[in-house]
Amino acid sequence: MCTSFMSELMLGQHQFGTSTLVSRTSLTSPTTDTLKAALYLTTATINAATTVYTVTGEVSGTNYTAGGITVTNATAPTSTNTSATAGVAFFTPSASLTFTTVTLSTAFDTVLLYNSTQSNKAISVHTFGSQTVTAGSFSLTMPANTTSAALIRLATT
Amino acid sequence: MLVTTTKGDMDDSLLEKREGSVDNDNEYTTWTEYWLDSELVHRSVHVRLKKPVTLDSSVASF
Repeated sequence: MCTSFMSELMLGQHQFGTSTLVSRTSLTSPTTDTLKAALYLTTATINAATTVYTVTGEVSGTNYTAGGITVTNATAPTSTNTSATAGVAFFTPSASLTFTTVTLSTAFDTVLLYNSTQSNKAISVHTFGSQTVTAGSFSLTMPANTTSAALIRLATT
Repeated sequence: MLVTTTKGDMDDSLLEKREGSVDNDNEYTTWTEYWLDSELVHRSVHVRLKKPVTLDSSVASF
């Protein structure tokens, strides 16, 4: 697969079939979609088969709004290749995800990234050790936005 | 230092502080708890994800 194609997928520059999308205002200078992050309980079924954001299994508690928080995505996807056969496209939100002064008493272990502009379509699922929060903050620090560590990678081998 | 708790903002000198961490291939996580007597009144968690989600493909050959 061509390396450039992978980042272009992230940018929505190809359309192989008919698709229903929310308008990005301009075809030649489209706006960036809004990404969001929602937290899920340890009992929830959120995984690679998840296609869209759901309230089922989402955490609830003081100062947590259903749907989660907006993800800062100021850095566009990047692609690079180190050889004729090995390339990677990658993307990492440009700021930590922080839920401030929340109380989430039921254990949670999953965050779902999804595209709230495009009908809440799911992007990726990330898991961590089971946690609760009491009158405190929960933050997810993003990895470095590099070919090997970025949060989301599309790679050829 | 004032700490946000379930009982409102409290000076940390009145509270017992407990900290912990987990470091594995998937995450580096730290948490801070404040206890008042035997009651948990504050818990903050910070997670640094280590593993990207990756879709691998290969160069096609015929």
